[in-house]
Amino acid sequence: LVFTEEDKYGLYSNLLFKHFLAEGVVCGHELFVASAKEHPDNILKELPAPLLDDSYRKELGDEAAAVKAEDFQDSMKIAWRYQNLPKMETSPTTYTKFGHYYDVSKKMSPELCQSVKLHSFYLHEELPFEPKMKTWNMNSGYARLLQSIQRIISQEGFDGSDAQKKQRTVLRIGVQSLGSVLWGDDVCCSDAPEGAQSLTKFLYVLRGLLRKSLSACIITVPAHLIQNKAIMERVTNLSDMVVGLESFIGSERETNPLYKDYHGLVHVHQIPRLNSLICDVSDTKDLAFRLKRKQFTIERLHLPPDLSDTVSRASKQDLAGSAKLLSSGCGAMAIGKKHLDF
Amino acid sequence: QGKFTLLRDTRTDGSFLVHHFLSFYLRAGCKVCFVALLQSFSHYSIVAQKLGVSLAAAKERGQLVFLEGLKSCLDLLFGEEEQPGQPSPLQFLSCDLRALFDFVRVSLSAAAGDSWKGPVLLVDDLSVLLSLGAAPVAVLDFIHYCRVCVCCQLKGNVVVLVHSNEDSEDEENELLVNSLCHHSDLILWAEGLATGFCKDVHGQIKIIKRLSLRQAEPDVVQIYQYKIQDRNVTFFARGLSAAVL
Repeated sequence: LVFTEEDKYGLYSNLLFKHFLAEGVVCGHELFVASAKEHPDNILKELPAPLLDDSYRKELGDEAAAVKAEDFQDSMKIAWRYQNLPKMETSPTTYTKFGHYYDVSKKMSPELCQSVKLHSFYLHEELPFEPKMKTWNMNSGYARLLQSIQRIISQEGFDGSDAQKKQRTVLRIGVQSLGSVLWGDDVCCSDAPEGAQSLTKFLYVLRGLLRKSLSACIITVPAHLIQNKAIMERVTNLSDMVVGLESFIGSERETNPLYKDYHGLVHVHQIPRLNSLICDVSDTKDLAFRLKRKQFTIERLHLPPDLSDTVSRASKQDLAGSAKLLSSGCGAMAIGKKHLDF
Repeated sequence: QGKFTLLRDTRTDGSFLVHHFLSFYLRAGCKVCFVALLQSFSHYSIVAQKLGVSLAAAKERGQLVFLEGLKSCLDLLFGEEEQPGQPSPLQFLSCDLRALFDFVRVSLSAAAGDSWKGPVLLVDDLSVLLSLGAAPVAVLDFIHYCRVCVCCQLKGNVVVLVHSNEDSEDEENELLVNSLCHHSDLILWAEGLATGFCKDVHGQIKIIKRLSLRQAEPDVVQIYQYKIQDRNVTFFARGLSAAVL
């Protein structure tokens, strides 16, 4: 269960959401899209087109070759202690077999979209019938969504109930803007919402459904609107993976020279620890994303070296602020105290 | 015997302690009732296998009673009419936690022909009950009833995991955790390092032993740091991680 905190204007989390769905189409998985904001058909029309292997690989290959040729003979003179560290790879230079890359400027062709089975749930178009399941004091929109998901899972045999199903594939579920007012939940509006437990109950049941079937789910939530932080803590406990996107639009970081190459930061709050005592932790926790004309990439955050002589007080504070960001860690392992001096 | 152990985690995931206690008690030959609210049976089973215990076999021989919260919840919501006379243990979803307690009591009461050593109740994790709509007082009552039944009457042990956070805004959870802390005989508190993330030291664990609940003796506190590996967890004194030496 991948839980994504949306950025303020929802631009980038939408992109991430569409990439998840597009990956499903390319891999031949079935899709289930639910939304209260946009009609799912519209979402599905705008999936990014997958990049064809040959042309992209060639592009990447050229870049990588150029980089390698340059610093092949470079040995460090001043910072020689760092010589032995592996070179930092900011973007994927080698083509890996895991996953695909997408071209954001092109739309996915309708034939490719039709090649997989699509299910959709648009809250405002659903008939207001009485759900068969016991609602358990949950928001009726959530209850209907759960019932719809459960119906698809059992009908299509994702829970292993149909032994004759030869082709075992995975169901990818995407739920957009959960918790927003459009779903009838007031968790984003008030500090002490009455329906506070609808969201957590929904997530618990969803978690149960996912564990029982061959499916994966991504949820995006406008977390910046949720006033009550207690709910965010509970929701984090109930999800497997929690990722937050913070875009720089409209914030003071947009003009901060440290961040000039990027459009936003990626905060990984929690990574899944399933079926094992440990989880797979990468070396660095600081990731940033940027939207180039053709690609949406997530890379390690690089701070440019502080070379200027006349550093004013204001920018020193900025540096300290972002350095604090760098020293805070990922929730599954440890998060540092906020008041640590750098 | 008759001890209440609280597992607490802050800024990190303390579930490795749950896995440890599960395999520890099963290997010791105790009868275990495991209320697993957060993960599926196969998750615990796979980790237990790495630790050398087979959960499926334990279930077969009746040593382990496993309540899989996620599955029961689905059955309750989407299932057909419940069989009369067999209410689901998660019935509390509509009222209080009494049904859950009855389930625990029934599963740990000694049946005829049982040769297990003391009963153990293991709960992972209690904070989820708050997310599911139970009031903190109801959860505390449930724990109290379980203690009376398991610790005093059946002379068994109770081990419970809760999450907590510094500066947490979740008042209900903090209330629950603080109250449980005062009632515990032993607290194992797994915390993330104050200095942030580190690859070699995954966190620190504070062991707080309450010597006596009646006299005013100070608790014994020990602090170790730990690193979690695939099949076990290594503990060492603070600052003496293998990466540093």
